[in-house]
Amino acid sequence: MTRGQTIAAQGLARRARWRAPEIVFWVLAFAALLLPPGKHLLLNEVAILALFALSLDLILGYAGIISLGHAAFFGAGAYAAGLFCKLVTPDPLAGLVVGIAAGALLGLLTSFLVLRGSDLTRLMVTLGVALVLHEVANALPQWTGGADGLQGMVVGPLLGRFDFDLYGRTAYAYSLATLFVLFLLARCIVNSPFGLSLMAIRRNSLRASALGVPVNRRLVAVYTLAAAYAGAAGALLAQTTAYVSLEVLEFQRSADVLLALIIGGAGWLYGGLAGAIVFKILQDTLASNAPQFWMFWMGLFLVVLALVGRERLSGGMRGLLARVARR
Amino acid sequence: MATILFDGVAYGMLLFVLACGLAVTLGLMNFVNLAHGAFAMAGGYATVLLMDRAGWPFLACLPAAFIVAAAIGLVLERTLYRHMYGRSPLDQVLFSIGLVFMAVALTDYLLGSSQRNIMLPDWLQGRREILGVNVGIYRSFLIVLCGALAIGLQAGLMRTRFGSRLRAAVDDARVARGLGIPVATVFAATFAVGSGLAGLGGALGVELLGLDPYFPLKFMIYFLIVVTVGGTSGVMGPFVASLLLGIADVAGKYYLSSALGGFVIYVVLIVVLALRPNGLFARAR
Repeated sequence: MTRGQTIAAQGLARRARWRAPEIVFWVLAFAALLLPPGKHLLLNEVAILALFALSLDLILGYAGIISLGHAAFFGAGAYAAGLFCKLVTPDPLAGLVVGIAAGALLGLLTSFLVLRGSDLTRLMVTLGVALVLHEVANALPQWTGGADGLQGMVVGPLLGRFDFDLYGRTAYAYSLATLFVLFLLARCIVNSPFGLSLMAIRRNSLRASALGVPVNRRLVAVYTLAAAYAGAAGALLAQTTAYVSLEVLEFQRSADVLLALIIGGAGWLYGGLAGAIVFKILQDTLASNAPQFWMFWMGLFLVVLALVGRERLSGGMRGLLARVARR
Repeated sequence: MATILFDGVAYGMLLFVLACGLAVTLGLMNFVNLAHGAFAMAGGYATVLLMDRAGWPFLACLPAAFIVAAAIGLVLERTLYRHMYGRSPLDQVLFSIGLVFMAVALTDYLLGSSQRNIMLPDWLQGRREILGVNVGIYRSFLIVLCGALAIGLQAGLMRTRFGSRLRAAVDDARVARGLGIPVATVFAATFAVGSGLAGLGGALGVELLGLDPYFPLKFMIYFLIVVTVGGTSGVMGPFVASLLLGIADVAGKYYLSSALGGFVIYVVLIVVLALRPNGLFARAR
């Protein structure tokens, strides 16, 4: 190994080191399983949104692709898992794999559309793909149940032993474990040379290609990967609620996940996770009174955030964590 | 067949008036404004309220809708939008989605979530046989009015002093400022006129498109399609794109089932953008 390679390898190793706050975060997340029943349904939703936001972070925060239609892959995963459960086997893990595969396949097919053009073109294409899927799902009621949703899913017990109960403890454990495994994978990926090349593309794709980074191949790869993650999140939602409706493909879902990611800050893996927690808690407290108020506050938050600048919010959060880590 | 074509053209003309303001802010000024539909909604509600509560005639409501929407646009541009010029597209997206959410929530809270309708005056209702084609009178009215607007806009942008100042300010704001063009004023006036036209479109569209608080979200994609497919070469590209979109949408919903016909326009959008990422009529840079 040359000296330069050694230094690069050391730099990567330093990025990949586990820090104390991270370990505390995951211990707390798993400790929440021991809480008395009552909050696990909400926690399950948080875990699913966190996985979905993590997926968006991979393309937006790391590769710099703006998407307004990320719900397309979420919905593809949800319907694939739902149909697989009804038609083939009720085993949840097999369904999860099918959901991931469906998301990844759709991601691979549509990734070639986001390679060209400006941010605006990408925005429109991603939005268009999600809308097409929404219309397709709406137009095939014999498969998807149309506006009534996909009903009659009976999800089998997890690993053949743990039934999905009404309180959602199994559901939360299942979603959290999936989130943790996929998070570990994403952590390895973004701290690899591959992850660094993605950040180079986001900063300046022309220079990245001049340095020998195969820009288009990297973008296709990360888009497919993110779509697979979104498919996993969709499959989790379908299985833990035993229901899939057209809502999984709606624009609102793409906007929600974008907002959750922006709250936590794009460009670091915990951004999506932290954002999902804050978003769901806010939604749970505000929206229970009146849905319009929730929409209003969400809008106000976005406007203020855009005017003040996102960097200050996420920078503040990261600075806080860094200070805690140094103690 | 001819009737469908006619309805499609009328629908496309209406879309053009709704979206042409966006063609200027998004296409020329490069501001990703997803909140454009909110101004159209403001115009629509102004018309509904003036007709229902104050008893104004329909034709008098149209300029009122323009003025209301333009005034809201001017105030927002001066207070909020001008801080967002030149920011990253993601920031602009977040900002304008936030505005849409607030507009939807406020309208829902103040005016209720039900669908609103208006009574057109008698002389605009009904259908008539012209050259063997059965046409709606209101749709003919739309085509004449919106066609005149399109021609006026193109002339205004290409032939007047204001138009050339605007094009100069868009191409290079710094040099334009150096030449003594009041760039901020030009942008504010343009934004106000664009919002006003959206308001006018909203007023004209109550009859065809319906009006409820979710109007800005429902039609956001249509406006964006018109601009992205039309490209940024002035107003003629978006004009052609709106006609295509109107005809494709009406024909798709008529010939295929209404559920299946819904995604014809989205497929057209994706195909066009995959082949020509800068729109059908891209400006040479």
